[in-house]
Amino acid sequence: MMMHVILTSKLLTMKDSDINIVLAGNPNSGKTTLFNSLTGLKQKVGNYPGITVEKKTAKIVVNDFRSKLIDLPGIYSLYSKSIDEKVAQNVICNSYDSDYADVIVVIADASNLRRSIFLLTQIIDLKIPVVLALNMIDVASKKGVVINIDQLSSEMGIKVVAINARKARGLSKLKKAIIETNENASNETPTILDVNDVFGKIIKVINSIRNINNDYASFLSLCGYDMGNSIKQKVEISILSKNNEIIVERLQAKETVRRYKVIDKIISICVRNIEPKGKYKITKIIDDILIHPFFGYVIFLAILFLMFQAVFLWSKYPMDLIEGFFMNLSIWVAEILPSGVLNDLLVNGILAGIGGILVFIPQIALLFAFIAFLEDTGYMARVSFLTDKLLKGVGLNGRAIIPLLSGVGCAIPAIMSARTISSWKERIITIMVTPLMSCAARLPVYSVIINLIIPENVIFGFIELQGLVLMSFYLLGFISAMLIAFILKFIINTSKKSFFIMEMPSYKIPDWKTVIYTIIEKVKIFFFDAGKIIVAISVILWLLSSYGPGNNFQEIENRWVDKENAGKYIAAEKLEYSYAGIIGKTIEPVIKPLGFDWKIGISLITSIAAREAFVGTMSTIYSVGDDSVKTLENRMKSEINQETGKAFYTTAVGISLMLFYAFAMQCMSTIAIVYRETNSIKWPVIQFLYLTFLAYLSSFLAYQILS
Amino acid sequence: MQILSKLPLFKSAEICKIHDQDLEQRLLEMGCTPGEKITVVRRAPFKGPIAIMVSSYMLSIRYDDACNIDIKVINNEG
Repeated sequence: MMMHVILTSKLLTMKDSDINIVLAGNPNSGKTTLFNSLTGLKQKVGNYPGITVEKKTAKIVVNDFRSKLIDLPGIYSLYSKSIDEKVAQNVICNSYDSDYADVIVVIADASNLRRSIFLLTQIIDLKIPVVLALNMIDVASKKGVVINIDQLSSEMGIKVVAINARKARGLSKLKKAIIETNENASNETPTILDVNDVFGKIIKVINSIRNINNDYASFLSLCGYDMGNSIKQKVEISILSKNNEIIVERLQAKETVRRYKVIDKIISICVRNIEPKGKYKITKIIDDILIHPFFGYVIFLAILFLMFQAVFLWSKYPMDLIEGFFMNLSIWVAEILPSGVLNDLLVNGILAGIGGILVFIPQIALLFAFIAFLEDTGYMARVSFLTDKLLKGVGLNGRAIIPLLSGVGCAIPAIMSARTISSWKERIITIMVTPLMSCAARLPVYSVIINLIIPENVIFGFIELQGLVLMSFYLLGFISAMLIAFILKFIINTSKKSFFIMEMPSYKIPDWKTVIYTIIEKVKIFFFDAGKIIVAISVILWLLSSYGPGNNFQEIENRWVDKENAGKYIAAEKLEYSYAGIIGKTIEPVIKPLGFDWKIGISLITSIAAREAFVGTMSTIYSVGDDSVKTLENRMKSEINQETGKAFYTTAVGISLMLFYAFAMQCMSTIAIVYRETNSIKWPVIQFLYLTFLAYLSSFLAYQILS
Repeated sequence: MQILSKLPLFKSAEICKIHDQDLEQRLLEMGCTPGEKITVVRRAPFKGPIAIMVSSYMLSIRYDDACNIDIKVINNEG
């Protein structure tokens, strides 16, 4: 599995820019698109300190001001429930946060104004300088929704700018509004909903506890949200809450209803034809097919099938190119440098390692392209809708389909995306089973072995046999994830109810920029983070397999002295008596029942760090001592079983090996992320144990039955 | 008075009361306030989620939760 950088918390004692601009808004409001339009490739993706919610920031210059732009997870209100919502709420509310906004930009979908400005009015009432960016107002007005921007601006006392995030329209006006809002930050803005009117003098009491005159912040403190209060203040507020017999849910419900009443009044003044005409016309037609009670499921499976066929087929040509390039490079380097240790290290250690990773970039890029594409069109929400019933049956939630499907890319971001699931139990189960989904790092392993043992036949005239086998391994991962989830459903106890409340956005043509940025980002993570480890492992392996203890190597050479054409045998025997060979031989008895030899044993050990290391390790092991330059596939093909004298990689060995990689928890980053996400040692340990058990058992059974 | 889960496809109704307090708060902030007009537009098979139109967007909720929502059918819109 891919390594993922976990940024250590950067202590920002000093502000490193003039203005902090925070981007907030509902999911599907075009927030990410606006962020991309404003920043381009300058964005940095990291994590919030101490937790792994993705944090996108960018340093940009806005009208001569050095600014830091911060993209928050999408939220509907400041009443956060899931963990990523809590992060967003905390950045907005906590003035001690290093990202605390000088100006917040709330982006709202113009054809969805009522719900979108709920969050906005909450932020206005917190007295934080804010600008409203009305997205796609041109589209809304075509559909009959006419918004009087000036009136909206004066009703709410803030600047309102019409933009089109995708076409990058209105951005200079938005920037101007941000700067002006920042400069006039001290001006008092009108209050949208006066909580004093609703809840009486308790608000003023909290104001005096908090020593700040901010009614709405005091109200949110009373509801138990983190507003940067000290522990003493928190205790005083909770005592006050107890004495007044406050029920937080009721308080919030009352406030929400009252707030919407104010909003409805503002909308009736500023918007004509609130119901957009035909907004869902196209969406309805597409939905008739895509979430059809029967064909919806057929189409979903067909899309998955196409995806895997394409990942295998379309990547073939670029992969051959990269492989050919590295072969030629190796030959060239081997010739140009004087032969010796350095030459050997460079060709068989480093180049073999780098080539082994680079070759899989086309496949990984394609996989992430598909996932990003499906997410950006709005289709993923439909898949959640279709699968919620099934997933609920195994203790999961329709929302879990997004972590599960992105687990096909990499378990790390997938496990992180489980943060949108607000039920603790459903989230833990999602985290526990996500590593069963076949991630991109298994692709190299499957790819090499499938090419080795499955013929390139086409069945029924259009289905590629290799692609079919590959898909069945992905299916195996999904089915076992469901089964394990079902078992966990009965083991993990909770009294809390879970919900599936999800917006189904209207379909849109994906924003290619967003898709491309996602691909670049993921490939970068794969190449640099996983790459570093793989190259390091390759070099260490080269060392371990090129040297042996004592005078083992000398003895071997002496024994073969005077014999012609002995080079190959010397090399083979040397590898067997090298440090790596000795390690492999030590574990051979344990893995022999699975059909593995000591060479695979070495790969299994190096794969504990990351699965991709398998291919690099095999490349290195098979190239040590072999002067000719060949592809790994050819080398593995010519490997002979010492006992039978036939090819070593039989179907039984291949399937057993693939099964082992399908189940085993060979990814340190995943273990680390599960530990961090669950904040306990218990879950990663249980996960590691059950996955190792499954891996050994299935490989054992497969090899014993097939051979 | 009726419950949302029994509302036929493409029928409109007004939200009256949401019984589960946790559910109520979640739906309120999504704009499902009392008196708001909703229309059922999709039903997933086997009592899976149902999708409703509310304040001009589409929202899906579980069938079981729809059983906890009291509605008043708007007749003249049939």
